[in-house]
Amino acid sequence: MKARRKEEGRWAWRLTGFVTVCVYIFMFAPIVATVILSFNASMFGGFPMTGFSLQWYVKLMANEPVLAAFRTSLWIALVTAAVTTATGVVTSFALVRFEFRGKQALSTLVILPALVPETILGVGLLVLIKAVDQPRTMLLLVLGHILLAVPYVVLITQARMVGIRRVYEEAALSLGASRFSSFREITLPLLIPAVIGGALLAFTISFDNTSASLFWRPAGVETMPTQILSMLKISISPEINALGTVMILVTVGIPLLGGLILQSLTRLKRRDEPKEEAR
Amino acid sequence: MKRRWTLYDPRLAWLLVAPVLLLLIFFLVLPIAVMAAYTFFTFVTAGVETSALTTANWHEFLTDSYYAGFLLKTLRVGAITALLCGVLGYFPAYFIWGTTFKHKWLLLLLLIVPFWISFTIRTFSWINILGEQGVINVALLKMGIISEPLPMLYNEGAVILGMLHFLLPYMILNVYVSLEGIDRTLISAARSMGCTSAQAFREVTLPLSLPGLAAGLLLCFVLAAGSYVTPQLLGSGRDALFGNLIYDTIMGELNWPMGATLSIVLFLVLGSFAAIYTRFMGMSQIVKGLGG
Repeated sequence: MKARRKEEGRWAWRLTGFVTVCVYIFMFAPIVATVILSFNASMFGGFPMTGFSLQWYVKLMANEPVLAAFRTSLWIALVTAAVTTATGVVTSFALVRFEFRGKQALSTLVILPALVPETILGVGLLVLIKAVDQPRTMLLLVLGHILLAVPYVVLITQARMVGIRRVYEEAALSLGASRFSSFREITLPLLIPAVIGGALLAFTISFDNTSASLFWRPAGVETMPTQILSMLKISISPEINALGTVMILVTVGIPLLGGLILQSLTRLKRRDEPKEEAR
Repeated sequence: MKRRWTLYDPRLAWLLVAPVLLLLIFFLVLPIAVMAAYTFFTFVTAGVETSALTTANWHEFLTDSYYAGFLLKTLRVGAITALLCGVLGYFPAYFIWGTTFKHKWLLLLLLIVPFWISFTIRTFSWINILGEQGVINVALLKMGIISEPLPMLYNEGAVILGMLHFLLPYMILNVYVSLEGIDRTLISAARSMGCTSAQAFREVTLPLSLPGLAAGLLLCFVLAAGSYVTPQLLGSGRDALFGNLIYDTIMGELNWPMGATLSIVLFLVLGSFAAIYTRFMGMSQIVKGLGG
C-alpha cells in the first residue's frame, strides 16, 4: 500500500481523495440545505434564511392529508416488510439448500423486479387488472410493493445463508428435531442479521416507492411520496422542507437505530462466549 | 404410489418458493405477457379499447418520428448519466478501497444512507440548491456576481444532475465490491517487478475492477432510462423521458394499447442491453452489486 502511494502516485492519490470529498459533498449538500431550510422563518421555500422557526413543523402536524398519507405509507411499509421478509427467507432457504430443476431460472426471475423499470412494472399490472376488469385495491398496492422488495430481501438472506453450514441443521435433525424446529432453532438465529437487514430494506423500499405507487394506488389514496409529489406540483414551500426533514429522520433513524441495537446485541453475546468468537 | 420424502426433496423446495413464485408469476410475468398482447388491441376512445387485433399501435410507433425521438433522447440521457456516474464513481470507490483511514466503515455507511432517504425528497432537495432561491443563486446575487438569478432548473442538465445524485451510490458500491475482490498481492507483485503505480493501476487494478464498473454502468443506464420522477420534478416539459411519455399516454390520454406498446418497447430495448451485458459478464456481478 505504501509503495503505491509513493512518488508520482502521490498526486494521483490526492486527486482521488479530492474527487471523493467532492462526490460526498455533492451527495449530501442538497439534503443538508433542505434540513436547514425547514427551520427558515421566511414564507418562501428558499434562501436567504430570515430567522429560526418551528412554525412549518407545527403547520405540518395539522396538515390532515399529509398525516393520512403518512399513516397509509407506514402500514403499507410495515406489512410489506413483514410479508417480504417471511417469504423471502423461506425462498432463499430453498434456493440455497435444495437442488431442483429450474433453480437457476428462478434465481434470475427473483431479481428481475429490481432490474425492470418501475414504470413498466406499473403499467403491466394495471393492464392485467384492466384486462380482467378488477379495481385497484390496497391489497394490489401492498402485493406490488412486496414484489419490488423481494429481490433485495432474497439477495441479502441468500448471501448470509450460504455462509451457514448445513451440518448444523442436519445435526439438529439427527438428534430428533423436526424440520421446522431445526429451522427455527438453528438456521433462523444464525440468519438474524440478514433478516433484520432485509426487513429494514423492505420497509424503506415500500415507504419510498413513488413511480409504481402512482400507477397502483387506489383512487383517492395517497402514499407519502405521491403526496409530496402532488404538493410539489403547486410550489416548493417551507412545509415541504419540514416534511422532508421528518421523513429523513424516520427513514435514516430507524435503520441506524436497528443497526446500533444489533451491534450491541452481538457485543453482549460475544462477552458471554468469548472463546467461541476467538477461534 | 407415493414416493417417500427425502431430506432435500425438490417437492419441498417448490413448496417453499411457492408464495414468491406465485407473486412473480401474477405480478411480473403475466402482466408483461398481457401487456404484450395489449399492444395489438384496437384503441377506440379514451379508456376504451377492443380486442380486435391490429398492428396500428406498432405501425404508429415505427412510423411517427415523435416516438423514435423520445426513445433516442432517453437512451442518450441514460448513457450520459451512466458514463458520468462511472467517471465520478470510480474515484470514491478507489479511495475507500485504498485508504488507511481508520473509520472506513463510516465512508461506506455514508454511501448507504442515501438509499434510506426518500428518493422524492432527494430529488426535490435539488430545487433548494439550483432554484431561483437556491443556495447558488442567492449566494451569487449576494456577492454581486450576477444581477439576475441564473436559470439552472428545469432543463436537461438538472435532470441529469438529479439522476447522477441518486445513481452514484449504486455505482460506487458496485466498483467497490469488485475492487475488494482483487488480491492485493497482485499489485505489490506488479510494483516489485518495476511497474510505476500508474502502470500497476492500468495493468492490474483497472482491468480487474472492470466487471464491477460494467455492472454499475448497466444498472445506472437502465435505472436512468426508466426514470419517471426526476424529469417530472427537475425538468421542463421538453425534458420528459420515455417513462413520462408512458405515464402520460396511459394516465392522461387513457390510450392503453399505445401505452402498452411503449412499455414493451422500453422493456425490450433495456432488456437487450441487459442481455448483451449478461452474455459477456454473467449475472453474478449484478447480484453482488444489488447487495448479495
